[in-house]
Amino acid sequence: MEGFLTDYVWPGLIMVGQSLLLLVALLIFIAYILYADRKVWAAVQMRRGPNVVGPWGLFQSFADLLKFVFKEPVIPAGADKAVFLLAPLVSVTLALATWAVVPLSAGWVIADINVGILYIFAISSLEVYGIIMGGWASNSKYPFLGALRSAAQMVSYEVSIGFVIVAVLLGVGSLNLTDIVMAQSDGIGTRLGLPNTFLDWHWLSLFPLFIIFFISALAETNRPPFDLPEAESELVAGFMVEYGSTPYMMFMLGEYAAICLMCALTTILFLGGWLPPADIAVLNWIPGIFWFVLKASMVFFMFAMVKAFVPRYRYDQLMRLGWKVFLPLSLGMLVIVAFFLKLTGWAP
Amino acid sequence: MTELLGNYVPIAIFIGIALVIGLALLIAPFAVAYKAPDSEKLSAYECGFNAFDDARMKFDIRFYLVSILFIIFDLEVAFLFPWAVSFSDVGWIGFWSMMAFLGVLTIGFIYEWKKGALEWE
Repeated sequence: MEGFLTDYVWPGLIMVGQSLLLLVALLIFIAYILYADRKVWAAVQMRRGPNVVGPWGLFQSFADLLKFVFKEPVIPAGADKAVFLLAPLVSVTLALATWAVVPLSAGWVIADINVGILYIFAISSLEVYGIIMGGWASNSKYPFLGALRSAAQMVSYEVSIGFVIVAVLLGVGSLNLTDIVMAQSDGIGTRLGLPNTFLDWHWLSLFPLFIIFFISALAETNRPPFDLPEAESELVAGFMVEYGSTPYMMFMLGEYAAICLMCALTTILFLGGWLPPADIAVLNWIPGIFWFVLKASMVFFMFAMVKAFVPRYRYDQLMRLGWKVFLPLSLGMLVIVAFFLKLTGWAP
Repeated sequence: MTELLGNYVPIAIFIGIALVIGLALLIAPFAVAYKAPDSEKLSAYECGFNAFDDARMKFDIRFYLVSILFIIFDLEVAFLFPWAVSFSDVGWIGFWSMMAFLGVLTIGFIYEWKKGALEWE
């Protein structure tokens, strides 16, 4: 009995505590990411944005949550009720589930598994099911069309994201996310004799892939300028038309959790994760979590700016960009990176 | 075995808690919100008209083509993962055999492109 308590119960409770801590922190972070998104968008258009609830509107997202909870939940008469309610649950659970393997700082991770990036790739591929189920179960024309478009768009860009990830892995030799970050502690800068700085991170050595990954991440998360599934002017709101109340909010929550994941993934793969911009005194005294959140927020700021000033793509242009530009480009870059690493013998 | 368990049990717990949070959000409005359904409110949205016909209609064959293409290329990526991780161990033989594999797929890709499977007008 004594052994059972120390071997299983306490570690189990610690795991539950860690998971709760990360999830609550993540949900609060998402609430402020949403607020930041609206503020940036408003600032670009010379508006004020949310500024009534709390000082500078800081509690806006929490007020929105309360409003959604007290809205009347409507399930259309023609809908498949079980699937209709399952869809938002699937989309929010999967979007949050990916965070179990993301290292926020050295050792700050729920599960440091050796196939981390494969786990993220697998779970984020499943996210398309939430959208397809929502669109199909609504039994209405706009959601159906929106879901089809969204599914086609997400799978198209997943292919180039896959190639970019493989190209990064070539220079790392591990699927573990912590190893991917640590591999960036030497690179172009250290080969020139400098200490570890931001020049070592993958964004410089794999530069075109960084851009391809960023744009594909926008398309993968249905962000403007690739928000065709929602396209208010033609499809009303895409697959979410029939949703209201918290089921609608859960789709938004899932979407923003996926966006935060893409920001974190860009940080881990290309921007050195929690490594400081230069490994010198003062900068490396600051805990890694600070650098990680700062970098991820910078990437999100880019997401928000793109939303504010890039016009929406047409659907045929979107598919052409995915299949005829990004796919050959990322495949070509993968071959070049592999050949270069083999030729120089720099592969780990 | 214990190591495997130690790695994956936290993930299961994490997903479980995420599921509980999702369920709580989903159930909350059914428990607390005001409900007054009527037949107009429950009908499918179609620009103010009553729905003309069933929503589960025929759709463009291209969506099907895209998903078939996706399966091929996603499988290709799945083959690339183990190759990339063991890249320094496989030597030039491993490099060129993967290039031959990618070459075959590229020929297929060029064929699809020429046949117009990637065109959306």
